Formats: sequence, structure tokens, C-alpha cells
Amino acid sequence: MSKLHVETSINGEAVEFLCEPQQSLLEVLREELDRTGTKEGCGTGDCGACSVLMDGRLVCSCLVLAAETSGHEITTIEGIAQGDGLHPIQQAYLDNAALQCGICTPGLVVATKALLDKNPNPDEETIRYWIAGNLCRCTGYDKIVRAIQDAAGRLAHPA
Amino acid sequence: MGNLPKAFGQSVRRKEDPRLITGAGRYTDDQQLPQQAWAAFVRSPIAHANIGEVDTSAALEHPGVVGVLTGAEFAASGLNDLACGWMIHSRNGDPMRVGEHPALASQRVRYVGEPVAVVVADSRQAARAAAELVMVDYDELPVVSDVEAAAAPDAVVLHDAAPGNQCYDWEIGNRDAVRKALDEAAHVTEIRLINNRLVPNAMEPRAVNASYDASRDRYTLYVASQNPHGLRMTLAAVIGFGPEHKIRVISEDVGGGFGSKAFNYAEEVVCMWAAKRLGRPVKWTAERSESFLTDAHGRDHITTARLAMDANHRITALDVSTHANLGAYLSTFGSLVPTYVYATLLSGQYDIPNIYANVVTRYTNTTPVDAYRGAGRPEAGYVVERLVDVAARELGIDPAEFRRQNFIRTFPHATPVEMTYDSGDFQAHLDKALDMIDAAGFEARREASRAEGKLRGLGIGCYIEAAGIGPSARLGKLGSGAGLWESAEIRVNPTGSVEVLTGCHSHGQSHETTYAQLVADRFGISVDDVEILHGDTDVVQFGMGTYGSRSGPVGLSAIDMACDKIVAKAEKIAAHLLNVPADTVTFEDGEFASEATNERLGFAEVALNAYTAHHFPTTEIEPGLKETTFFDPPDFNFPAGTHVCEVEVDPATGVVRIARFVAVDDFGVIGNPMVVEGQVHGGLVQGIGQALLEQARYDDYGQLLSGSYMDYCMPRADDVPDFDVGFTETRSTTNPLGMKGCGEAGSIGSPPAVINAICDALGIRHIDMPATPEKVWRAVTSAA
Ligand code: FES
Ligand code: FES
Repeated sequence: MSKLHVETSINGEAVEFLCEPQQSLLEVLREELDRTGTKEGCGTGDCGACSVLMDGRLVCSCLVLAAETSGHEITTIEGIAQGDGLHPIQQAYLDNAALQCGICTPGLVVATKALLDKNPNPDEETIRYWIAGNLCRCTGYDKIVRAIQDAAGRLAHPA
Repeated sequence: MGNLPKAFGQSVRRKEDPRLITGAGRYTDDQQLPQQAWAAFVRSPIAHANIGEVDTSAALEHPGVVGVLTGAEFAASGLNDLACGWMIHSRNGDPMRVGEHPALASQRVRYVGEPVAVVVADSRQAARAAAELVMVDYDELPVVSDVEAAAAPDAVVLHDAAPGNQCYDWEIGNRDAVRKALDEAAHVTEIRLINNRLVPNAMEPRAVNASYDASRDRYTLYVASQNPHGLRMTLAAVIGFGPEHKIRVISEDVGGGFGSKAFNYAEEVVCMWAAKRLGRPVKWTAERSESFLTDAHGRDHITTARLAMDANHRITALDVSTHANLGAYLSTFGSLVPTYVYATLLSGQYDIPNIYANVVTRYTNTTPVDAYRGAGRPEAGYVVERLVDVAARELGIDPAEFRRQNFIRTFPHATPVEMTYDSGDFQAHLDKALDMIDAAGFEARREASRAEGKLRGLGIGCYIEAAGIGPSARLGKLGSGAGLWESAEIRVNPTGSVEVLTGCHSHGQSHETTYAQLVADRFGISVDDVEILHGDTDVVQFGMGTYGSRSGPVGLSAIDMACDKIVAKAEKIAAHLLNVPADTVTFEDGEFASEATNERLGFAEVALNAYTAHHFPTTEIEPGLKETTFFDPPDFNFPAGTHVCEVEVDPATGVVRIARFVAVDDFGVIGNPMVVEGQVHGGLVQGIGQALLEQARYDDYGQLLSGSYMDYCMPRADDVPDFDVGFTETRSTTNPLGMKGCGEAGSIGSPPAVINAICDALGIRHIDMPATPEKVWRAVTSAA
């Protein structure tokens, strides 16, 4: 079976890779491109650990074929931070202790970015519905909701 | 120097977060080794069968396949069975009955998902594709998938060593005294309840990467583990991979565990064996469906319990009979969970003079059951708190008042079931929790709900837990195969920065932060000058890992005691530097001082001098500044608290909404309130998940019906409320820091609080977990 040649953009960087037609974006990110920040929690679109942005839209990278990314722009957790500093969303997660084991966190940070890009001032119910696709077994979600509210405030009123 | 604010007790930001939050964490599956090969397991699709022919020829021909190894080859390897680390004796004195448990089955399979062969290939995809090509003949046997079916006289027997599928029939307490008290009681309340089977579901699937270096005759095992040293000891001494110094176990970042990563699993053994056989590093990461099928499950009890009361509503006795499902094999702590960490907690927060419990455990054709967050203690708390709630309602008195009347009030308190509670103030957290939830305003809120056609209820869960178990000698008498002390090594560097080596291992509990907070305070240095090292058996000499809420009270206490030793030695060195008598030197806020001089020395100055060794006699004081402690706690510690849940039920749909949830916990001294709150929140959601959503369900053929996130209902952000968490404090007397474990509390107090609230709302006696909308709707409909 011949491999497919794909040209795409990941975190603003032009990237080329070869992949099997059936390989997911998640698999290629982690195994071929050594971008292991994006995590696999289920591989079936049910947990959100693998969340990335494709042209700004929140997608499960386990459900996107790597070949489909041709010509699109992908943002992963590695592309959220700004330079050496943390993104305000990441800083809000840190300040609110919104992570414990951290395995769900990359997906949640990406999902939070997608939410706040779309709706800079979500109420709690909107936040809870938005992140309902991201399973976290450690935190009980309370501090994640607090972090997202905090992040919204920080983005609206940069220090 | 010297005037840093105290860090311990403050909500210091987590040191592990910058890496985890940017995707730079290093979990087991994130690592690739040179020459990496991947394993895929061939697993039984049948719950009970004799294995016939295994044909690997097609798999071997698949491109990229390096090797296919079967159960028969494993049987010839000389490696031993997986083993259980805790010996329980039946009440007649017989040792528990243990069947064979090879890492790869060659004769018989006993649950769906049991591994029978492994395919190793150049890529994950090739391994998985080739695993599909391995042909196994199964000769099907009858199946028992629940504990009652396994007890039937004509039930198929899983293990010849265990007739009637019984592993043990164990008891604790005084049966005759309990019988007598029941006979003489003014009132007896009886209840039968099911503690539903759960799947732990750490969000990082289990993962293994094993390699063997022939030139050094040494294995390296990267593994997502809560207990790297315990695992190495097992792999060496039990499985037979050779002496411990020939095995290195490394767990870097671990993505949650909740107990499920504290055990020795088949995949670890098989990947190590395959790595040596095939000469390649072998990596395996569970697919989620494999996690559902093979991570040890939790709970699964059926219990009948009776509570006896006198005419003054004082509890006089408790009689408990529990049937526990062990699954197809005894997992690492499978025998312990329904015995010494379950029935020993049946006194709850109450002064109960007579308790008796009988626990019968059986094998079934299901995934092995072992410790899951709380491990036995949620099961005990649920029995006690359901029972006192029903009793209060039967007696027509306020459930809070009934609890108050029966609380233990003086400490230490010895229960009739082995435990001696060190300290507590149960009244204090009950009062605070009722206040925080505004119990006084509840009836008005109930009315308001009723006006909208909704049913509102209030439920209390007063739990007690035994955390940080010890001492080792006593546990040995109770059947433990290992000690449960913890080690700490502190290395002060010449510049005054510090490395702390601990045998506990964080899988989300913030050890890198909380441990550093204490050490920073002890030496008057910054939290950033303290590095916590853990999770590598070549770095840390020994330890017992993280589970059972032991890392604070046991692990951090060991660190505290090692700090004492550092200070003692540094004071001796400082005395020489200051030229004063040793017994005049004091150390406070990072400064060494003496009444005999005005000169002061900083911690770093003394550290440097410890290594230059120019100014003290090395015949008297050795150079260097490094100390080790092994702390064996003299007893358990006993976190306790009150959780109060307020629910609103829609009688038309059966949907339960948690309107308010308050948890007030007594964890003794708290190291980092923000981190501890997070532990409570996480536990609460696991407990609420158990009460409302989660259920591992098998059909009569032993097929796991709830084997994916589509079928197993995990709590999601929109399923759960905000929490109001508070603390009270009585110091533990069983460790130098006064700490009590906080990791499991949330999952113990919340299930009874939720179910009691639902029963209150519906005006019913009992509803089994999970109280799904369907079950609640049926209860509403039949109550009407
Ligand atoms: S890994 Fe993609 S949704 Fe779970
Ligand atoms: S922090 Fe562990 S799963 Fe979310």
C-alpha cells in the first residue's frame, strides 16, 4: 500500500509527512511527528483528550484522518503557549489547580481556547456543556470551570 | 535569607503544572525507544472456555511481525503466575483458595479479555492487524457472571482449587454478642443493598514499554504505575525475572490511577518476557476497550445488614453479611479489599458496642476486582450510612439527630472490629456541613420545589476512613506480604539546594509541590530550591508507592523525619563553624544561631561547609549532608467528615439534579488546601458517578455490556454540580505531622449522601446505585 504525502500546517509551521490512508491525525502527531502533547484517552471520539483545532474548529484528532489535514491549519497544545510564557488560559488552569494528573489537560486547554475564541464571556452552564466532551477523572471539573471563567476574565482584561 | 513566608499550609501553585499544561509531560506512551517494537494482545472473546489449538501461522506472515508468542510458550518459560499479595484465612482457619493465574493462558480462559497470545511487530498497526489473524479454538464452558450465580450448588467451578467458587469465608467481630443484642433490641433495622461494580477509568490507559539489555543482563520497564518499587519486587521475587538489581522500573508522569495502576498485570510480565525473547523493546498501551476489560474493577458487593437499637435510640449492635465478587482471578490486593479495609470500618462514626461481619468471596467469569478509590471503605461507609438513615426514618427521628446521639465522642476509641480511631470531632463536621448547606432553610426549598412539581431531598453521609495503613508488623499478622512503611532520602547539595527522594509516586497528587513546601519550610529555602525525585528504582532505593491515602501521612512524615536528621547534623557542623558548644546551636527560619555568639550562618553556608569539610573534624562528623528515613506508622490515621447532598428529582422523567453539595472533612493538618480541595472534588465526582451513573454490567454469557464510553456512563462536566468544601481539624496522633489521608474521602462520603437524599425526596426506603432516571422513575411511579 503506498503512503500518502501530506502537506499541512501545524502550529504555524509548514509540515510534510507520509502516512497510511487509515492513519488518524492523532497517531501521526504522536508517532510520526513526535508531538506527544496531544493525548489518546479512547480513540473513539468520546473523551476529548486528543482535541486539536483544525482551521480554528475544535476536533478530535483521533477521528480525523491524517490525510484530511492536507491544506488545513492545525493547532495543538504545543502551539497554545506564547513564546516562553504560558497562554492566559494555561496560566488560569495553573492558578486554579485545574489539573491533577494532567493527561486530560492538553485537550481541555485546546477546548477552552476554542470556546473562548467563539464566546469570550460564557456563563457556567455554557462552559459545562462545552467541555462535556472532555472527560477528566481526577478533578471533578469544579476547578476547571473556575479556570475557564478566570481565563475569560484575563483575556477580556489583559493585565 | 531566613525570612521566606511559610509555604506549608498555603495554596502554593503546582510545580508540575508548567510541563503538564504545555503538553511536555512524559507519560509512558510518549516515549519511544531505539528499535521500538509494539505488542498487541490476543484476548479471549469468551468468558469461560478450554483453549484448543492456537494457530499463529497467518499472523507470523503478516508484514512487520517480529514474533508471536502463545500461552503454551509462556507456560514453558519458567516464569511464575501472577500472585495476590495478601493472605486471608477463612473462619475455619483454612487459607484462602487460590487458582492458577498465568500471565498468558494456555489451558483455560476465565473472563473476556484474558490474554492468550501476544503479537510483536514493527508498528502498533501491524501488531494489531496481525493479532486479528491468530486463530484460537475455544471449547466453551458454562459461565457464572455474578456472585449469586457462582454460589449455586450446580454452578460451574472456575478453579479446581476453589470448590463452590469460594475463595474464603471470613469473619470479624463477636457473633454471639451481636446475636444477643439483636434478640434484646427494642428496634432492628434491616437492609439489603448492592454496591455496584465500577471501572476505574484512569484517563491515561495502562502502558508498558519493556526492554532487555543482553550485554548487562538487565531489564528496563517503563510503566504507568502507582508503585514502581512494589512492582519490581513482584517481578523479581514472585514472577521470577531474576534479582531486583537486574530490573529497573521507571514511571515518569502517570495519568491517574485510583488504585488500578497499583497492581501487577499480565501485560507487564509478557512484555518483559517478549522483549528478552525477541531482542527488541516491546511497547504496549491499552486501547480503551482493553482498559474496560482488563483494568481491575472495583466494588461489587451484595450485603445484608441489621442494626439493633435500644429504647433510647442507642445503637447496640451491627450484623453484616457480605458476598463479594473477586472476578476470575485474585488480583494483587483482591483478597484484602473486602476484608481488612472493609469490615474494619463498619463502626463508622458511631459508638457501636457489638459488631459482627461475615464476608464470603467468590470467583466469577468477570474481570478481576481489586482496590478502586477508597477500596473497601466506600463499601463499608455505604452500608453504615444507609442503615442509620433508614433506622432514623423508621424511628421517626431526624437522621442528623440520630447520628449525633450515637457519635463516638472520646478518643482514642477502640471499635469491636480491630480499629482504634486516633482522633476526631464528628459533631464539628456535621454541624458545619449542615450550616454550610443551610439545612435550616431546606423545608422552605422543598416547598418551593414541590410548587414546581419537583421532589427535593436532603441526604447525609458521615464517613470514616482508615488511611496510611500500618504498622508493618501488624499488617504482616493480618496477612500482608509486604511492609507498608515509607522511605525518604534527603540530599542537600553544596549550594544549599535540595533533592528529596521518595518511594511514594504521584499520579496526580502534586507530590512535587506539597513535599517541596514542607522541605522548603524546614530548611528556610525556597520551594523552587527543592526537587522531588520519584518513580525510578535506580534513583530511589525503595518505597511502597501511592495508594490508600498514604503519601501525606506516611510519605511526607518520612521526609519530615529525614529533615530532622539533616538539621541535627547541620547543627553539629554549625557549632564548629561558629566555635560554640554544639548544644547551644539552634536552627530557625533558615539560620543557625547560638546564644554564645552574635554570628549567624545560613543553611547554604553550612551545606557548603559540610562538603568542603575544612572546618570540622571528619573523624567525629562525616563530610556531606544526606540522610535517610524509613517511617513505619504506629497505626492508621482516620480521616472523617460529613457530606450533605441536596437533590431535586423530576418525577416525570426520574432525572436527579444535585442542587447543592457540601463536604466538610477533617484531614488533620493540611499541606496545600488548593490541592486537597482538588482531591476532594475528584473523589466526590467518582462517588456521585457511582451513585447516579456508573455500572459495569455483564450479561449471562460474561460479556461486558458496558465496555465503552458509549455504554459506561462517566460523569461529565454537565452531570455534576459545584462543590462547597470545608475543613475541620483534629490532628492525627499517628504521624509527626498530624496529617490524615485526603485522597479517597470524596468517594466514600458521597454515595450514601446522594442515595439518602434521593430516598428522602421520594419518601422511599431504598434504591440501588446507580440511581438512573429509569430506576428513579420506576420508584416514583410505584411509590405513587
Ligand atoms: S482520544 Fe480522541 S476523543 Fe478520546
Ligand atoms: S487531571 Fe487527570 S484526568 Fe483530568
